[in-house]
Amino acid sequence: MKAITVAAISALLSPLSHGADDASGERLYTMYCTQCHGMHGNGLGVNSSRMSVQPRSHIEREEMMARSDEELFKVIQQGGKSIDKSNLMPAWGDNLSEEEISALVAHLRQLCCKESGNE
Amino acid sequence: MQAKCLPTLVALCLSAIAGYSHGAPADKVAELCGSCHALERPDYETQGREERFSRKAPPLYFAGNKYRREWLAGFLQEPYPLHPSGYFPERKLRDTPEGDMPDENALAAHLQLSESDAAEVADYLMSLQPYAELITQDSYSEGKVALRMGTLDFRKFKGCDACHQDSTDNGGFSGPILYDAWNRLQPHYISAFLKNPLQWDPNTIMPVPQMNEQAVHKLVDYLKAIGETE
Repeated sequence: MKAITVAAISALLSPLSHGADDASGERLYTMYCTQCHGMHGNGLGVNSSRMSVQPRSHIEREEMMARSDEELFKVIQQGGKSIDKSNLMPAWGDNLSEEEISALVAHLRQLCCKESGNE
Repeated sequence: MQAKCLPTLVALCLSAIAGYSHGAPADKVAELCGSCHALERPDYETQGREERFSRKAPPLYFAGNKYRREWLAGFLQEPYPLHPSGYFPERKLRDTPEGDMPDENALAAHLQLSESDAAEVADYLMSLQPYAELITQDSYSEGKVALRMGTLDFRKFKGCDACHQDSTDNGGFSGPILYDAWNRLQPHYISAFLKNPLQWDPNTIMPVPQMNEQAVHKLVDYLKAIGETE
């Protein structure tokens, strides 16, 4: 029993490397971001009405184009404080692999700046 | 007579070999809880993030390391929503011009059990303790925090209330309510989970807090303070 327990814990302690590649940026956005940034990416997520700092709208092209991909990657990985923004944006670097964060950055670019819709 | 009894005897023997008799708590819990809650560790490594999208409710395979038995037995008799906007991916939202709003009326009602069934289910769930070592390794010991300082820490400094409610009128809607956490969860579970939620659930939507042990313990003390005030 103890061996099983140790094995189970060891398995959990390992990074979830798996299907990082399987989860698309859109899927990851739905899972990790929409609660604050909204199901439409407009910053009006279900938590936003009670937040002291409003989450960024990801569909505002001008604002999003002012941020480089590197900045977006950094804020997802290290949290809002890493770019002198709100600590309400948490650091996701332990939860998400670098590949997953890159997929999220690519999805943010889709949301803000895809040719149809938000221009 | 002997011929009539034979199938029953065979069934009893097979049940004994399998390690339980018909109607045993494990069967009852599988029947009552198993269609929504994971009672065994999912194969996270194979399923990846899609595991999370397949959930209907929180996993219970480590319930005995997580919950207080008294709370479980009470909750099963008088359930109430723990996630104000539903448990991801089963979020219940209204799409309004003001943004996404929780749709409390759409939340599925949790199964309600009799006192005896609730006790039986709670006892079984408390026997599920695959992460006992995470609990015994945790160093939290109960302390006191001034309510005002704790509130400031939870809300302003740590930003927990972006997702979690520390009172019915403060905090977000996506995470589980926390004003009942002290009465619901084992103190060492809260502490160990806060230190590294991924040890418990690789697909948790709880970010790993960037906090040292002392800061974690302060937050647990705050949950204790508000839990005992409620």
